[in-house]
Amino acid sequence: MTHDASSGDPLSGFDLVAAGPQRSREGPETAARHHDVPPGNPTVTALRKQFPDAVFHNLICAGDEDVVYVDPGRITEILGWLHREADQHYDHLADVTAVDYGGGKPLEVVYQLWSIPHRAALRVKCELPLDALEIETATGIWAGANWLEREVYDLFGIHFTGHPDPRRILMPENYAEGHPLRKDFPLRGRFSRAEQTRRALTQNPEDYYAAGEIAGRVPQTVEVDGGDATGEEGGGDVL
Amino acid sequence: MSSRTVEYDVGRNPEMGPGGTLVASPAVPFDAPEPELGSDTMLVNIGPQHPATHGVLRLVVELDGETVVSVVPRLGYLHSSFEKLGEYRTWNQVVPLTDRMDYLAPLIYNCAYVMAVEKLMGIEVTDRCRVARVVCMEMDRIFSHLLWLGTWSIDVGAFTPFLYAFQQREKVYKLHEALTGARITTSATRIGGMMADLPDGWARGVRDFANNLPATLDEIDGLLTNNAIHAGRTQGIGAISADEAVNHGLTGANLRASGVPYDVRKDRPYYDYESYDFEVPIGCHGDCYDRYLVRMEEMRQSIHILHQALDRLPSGPMDVEDPRISLPSKTDCMSDMESMIHHFKLITEGIPAPAEDCWFSVEGSKGELGMYVVGDGGPKPVRWRIRPPSFVNLSAIPKLAEGHLMADLIVINASLDIVLGEIDR
Repeated sequence: MTHDASSGDPLSGFDLVAAGPQRSREGPETAARHHDVPPGNPTVTALRKQFPDAVFHNLICAGDEDVVYVDPGRITEILGWLHREADQHYDHLADVTAVDYGGGKPLEVVYQLWSIPHRAALRVKCELPLDALEIETATGIWAGANWLEREVYDLFGIHFTGHPDPRRILMPENYAEGHPLRKDFPLRGRFSRAEQTRRALTQNPEDYYAAGEIAGRVPQTVEVDGGDATGEEGGGDVL
Repeated sequence: MSSRTVEYDVGRNPEMGPGGTLVASPAVPFDAPEPELGSDTMLVNIGPQHPATHGVLRLVVELDGETVVSVVPRLGYLHSSFEKLGEYRTWNQVVPLTDRMDYLAPLIYNCAYVMAVEKLMGIEVTDRCRVARVVCMEMDRIFSHLLWLGTWSIDVGAFTPFLYAFQQREKVYKLHEALTGARITTSATRIGGMMADLPDGWARGVRDFANNLPATLDEIDGLLTNNAIHAGRTQGIGAISADEAVNHGLTGANLRASGVPYDVRKDRPYYDYESYDFEVPIGCHGDCYDRYLVRMEEMRQSIHILHQALDRLPSGPMDVEDPRISLPSKTDCMSDMESMIHHFKLITEGIPAPAEDCWFSVEGSKGELGMYVVGDGGPKPVRWRIRPPSFVNLSAIPKLAEGHLMADLIVINASLDIVLGEIDR
């Protein structure tokens, strides 16, 4: 955007379209939206009081959505408190995801919380520097965090310490090209088309039939024509 | 709150005793003591190419005799990286990606995505558009539930309901085609409005569909609800308590069958859903049978909403009249220089969004469908994330299926109503 829409004359032609839609700060529609939300979310106030040094800052996004930036080192403590405390009771973990803004900026882990009894939403964010992509798992609080965190690990390479099943979920387990949703990952992948085809053709699905499939159990050996069908351990994180 | 708990009395089946226990069941009871064989467990692979997995889902099942010891779902066979692709497209170009995720309810995905982007950009759509989208979403809720009903009935061993359900689905396909030109990949929405206004007579077609559907539902209801085989195969199977269902992140009919009345349309209303008169059906046992009952009732409630929405469908413009958002008409483009400039700029550059993030969730047919969009001031998303309801619902299947029989696993999988396009994305 080259033209600041909030100053100067009304725009027209190229400038008008280039400026894009602007959310009017004082318009009747925005005022109505603000009216629904009491000033100062009580959860954010309570959270700041409970964890004065772990809550970095908070803001309101898209008109009415409360966002809290917290210390990644104390994330389970904070999420557990939000889940446990009767006044908060964020019992529904709607989503866990991450955002990569590119350019060496830290990755954001985003938790979307919803309280079914109180009908309140909260977005909790943690910033992880690229050289320390590690955060504690929330599976101890919500069982539903299991696959969501696996997906974040798979696509962003963020490690969730203490996760009961830290494997890739959408990409193959021996995928060696990295974590696709990172901004430095090219759209077509890191390897050449020929190499990708070669790897796809040499895949043996039997490798992932038994070994490591049943987490926490001793893999069973199935003898097929005298061969060992259990194959090898999962490829894990090659990069 | 206007929702009312709809308690289902499973005892109304004359062949069933209180609490849903079968009195005269044709099935052989399994309570005979098992002989001590001291055998090992066995691994069985189901899928990815298997009709009972409803897509390319692979389940590795550990069996002790015929009892499921554990289930490990393996995903990713349909992974298309929609979220990565979206980062290379302008906001409007992402719309076609959304209906390819849940091809069983494409319009809900089209609508949910643009609603999130409109919230991010602070766009208020026209009244006609709001009501038209409600019609689209409720129609596709029925559309998706009908497919679930058909495949579910096949999985429990009944074939006729499948034909009845698909007969009605065909009518929705025709309505899709009339609205957008496509039967499945609709791409019907645009930021600030719809691809086109509703065609002449389309609302009447939806009304006809809504009028005719209850007769089919009654017929299927008569075939399944009090059917002893159906009840015997589904009651008490895959039960999950309310607390555990919430903890596992279940949403939609799967959560409501456990007795939690969480419906985004009621709890976080969007598009004036608070002004529509409808009820949120909830179950009390949390088993496969309750999930069936809840979805059957949801279809009837959606018909009710469809009628109300069609009654209030206002005339007027469909798209917001703002040259920064909506394309000008072809006539204007060809006769007016400024309109042509707007058209050119919108097509070549796209609509910029503010550097903010926005979460918007709707009640999809499978559960809570969340859209998380992050802008950076440019015309492309920095991140576009879908909260996939089927993905989270499926993650509870190891918990639901443990201790049940192999045949019950198929029923449990069918009762969750998953779609792999959205799970793998």
